Amino acid sequence: MKATRDAYGEILAELGATYRDVVVLDADLSGSTKTAVFAKKFPDRFFNMGIAEANMVGTAAGLAAAGKIPFVSTFAIFAAGRAWEQIRQSVAYPKANVKIVPTHGGVTVGEDGGSHQSVEDIAIMRAIPNMTVIVPADAVETRGAVAAATAHKGPFYIRLGRNKVPAVFEEGHEFVLGKGTELSPGTDMTFITTGIMTAQALRAAVALGKEGISARVVHIGTIKPLDQEIVVKAARETGAIVTAEEHSVIGGLGSAVSELLGETKPVPMKRVGIHDRFGTSGKAEELIKYFGLTPDDLVEAAREVMERKLG
Amino acid sequence: MKGTVLEKEKIEFLEEKARTLRVSIVKTLHKSQSGHTGGSLSAIDMITALYFHVMRHDPENPQWEERDRFILSKGHAAPAQYVALAEAGYFPKEDLMMLRRLGSHLQGHPDSKGTPGVEVCTGSLGQGLSMANGMALGLRLDKRNSRVYALLGDGELQEGQVWEAAMASAHYRIDNLCALVDANALQIDGEVERVMNVGPIGDKFKAFGWNVTEIDGHDMEEIIKALESAKLVKEKPTAIVARTVKGKGIPRFEHKASYHGVAPNDEELSEALLCLGCIED
Ligand SMILES: Cc1ncc(C[n+]2csc(CCOP(=O)(O)OP(=O)(O)O)c2C)c(N)n1
Ligand SMILES: [Mg+2]
Repeated sequence: MKATRDAYGEILAELGATYRDVVVLDADLSGSTKTAVFAKKFPDRFFNMGIAEANMVGTAAGLAAAGKIPFVSTFAIFAAGRAWEQIRQSVAYPKANVKIVPTHGGVTVGEDGGSHQSVEDIAIMRAIPNMTVIVPADAVETRGAVAAATAHKGPFYIRLGRNKVPAVFEEGHEFVLGKGTELSPGTDMTFITTGIMTAQALRAAVALGKEGISARVVHIGTIKPLDQEIVVKAARETGAIVTAEEHSVIGGLGSAVSELLGETKPVPMKRVGIHDRFGTSGKAEELIKYFGLTPDDLVEAAREVMERKLG
Repeated sequence: MKGTVLEKEKIEFLEEKARTLRVSIVKTLHKSQSGHTGGSLSAIDMITALYFHVMRHDPENPQWEERDRFILSKGHAAPAQYVALAEAGYFPKEDLMMLRRLGSHLQGHPDSKGTPGVEVCTGSLGQGLSMANGMALGLRLDKRNSRVYALLGDGELQEGQVWEAAMASAHYRIDNLCALVDANALQIDGEVERVMNVGPIGDKFKAFGWNVTEIDGHDMEEIIKALESAKLVKEKPTAIVARTVKGKGIPRFEHKASYHGVAPNDEELSEALLCLGCIED
């Protein structure tokens, strides 16, 4: 078990040694986002911008224009939310080489409540042209995604989480930008999931297996650009899809998959996620239940799409 | 009438109230095991003065149209506002024990949808003064005498929106508005001066066209005087820059950024209660 933000702190400090152009900006949350690890190692290349996220993103765009590779971190709600238009105008429009890597995405932020739980950041980032959007499932994938973002030119949004999450990928797994991963084979239906929901789907698939339902699990790390091939293939071969994300069902992975399949291979589908509501205070585990993001909820959703497929 | 010379008794009453509320803050946070201790304790004297002396409000009727309004722009200090609201009678004190729990109206950050006495939603720093402006302008349009108070953190002043709002308050001569800055010199990553210097705070507000008073934010008499004289200032908004101590009242928490967002554990609670002069439970 390891938090994706912890993996981020480590890889960022490692990359800092290889890429002398990597610079890091934070907005008074460096202890929480783990950019403090980089700051300690490379104090000259770290800029704490204070509680001023819009200015931070603009400054990062300037640093990128000066040839640097800026990483920008704060909580997801303040990165995607507060600085949205700066990201659009100063980063994405000129295709600036800025990597926005927020932590504390989704409802598992917990007790801080709805004001701090970003449930719409994937949607609003995905809507911006030129933006690559990644939601890693675990620490290993986070390392890969951050390394890939450093190596590839252009704007990235990599959404990380607050809490420890189980390992989904083995050490040494190679992250391929824009490619989904089939984690578990299956023929009756497919879970297409991202972030923390992938581990939940793997558990749901095991439970369904006991009922004689063969569920495939496809993890989508890169939500944009979406791996169209793996999604269409799943629809074609299994005929029923359940998407799952720790995010609103409006505009995130569920929407991306629906949009694609609606135009290519419509099949019975269900989107598991947060249904047009704000988050609320509570413990992360309680909120997972409250918002219907447990393996049981996924099993239920799978049965429902199976019924529609067969009926 | 509240004149220039305040009765000693009144001050003592408010100081005792603030002590009670400090006790309530640490107990509440100990129960929730999550939340912001330092910034609640630095703000509580000002919040006490507002709710128990300066503001016109009616806990029986939170929507009373003639009420003065309070906006906790530094929303993470919610426990400080919640204990004051409970003490004033807006909701049962037992509710405090549900802070930050699933289903509780006492959200991690103030939520006007559920908590009586909370006027707007805050928690994302930098937005409160703009809402205070709007509220004050609305009250002025309706020819009401109500005043609007907004409490901001010093780190919070780094948000550009605060200065957009400060510009607008002066431009529209919003004199039914008073901003209080909890200048505890700390934010999350350390000293405000070192993270991103916002000083000199008073001079900045002055340059933006505000009437400015600088006080000791833990001296009840100074707080009351500043708030009362702000009521007499016409054609200008007033900013009270209050020098405070983060974690005030419990030496272990004082002047420490590390207690920004950490709730007291069992040992810290006992120690805190001892410091606050209560040996009980
Ligand atoms: C827009 C925004 N960015 C970041 C945060 C996270 N955050 C919560 S409290 C805080 C520090 C606040 O410092 P200050 O305003 O000085 O408050 P105080 O010292 O009174 O607690 C930060 C960065 C936030 N709540 N809102
Ligand atoms: Mg402060």
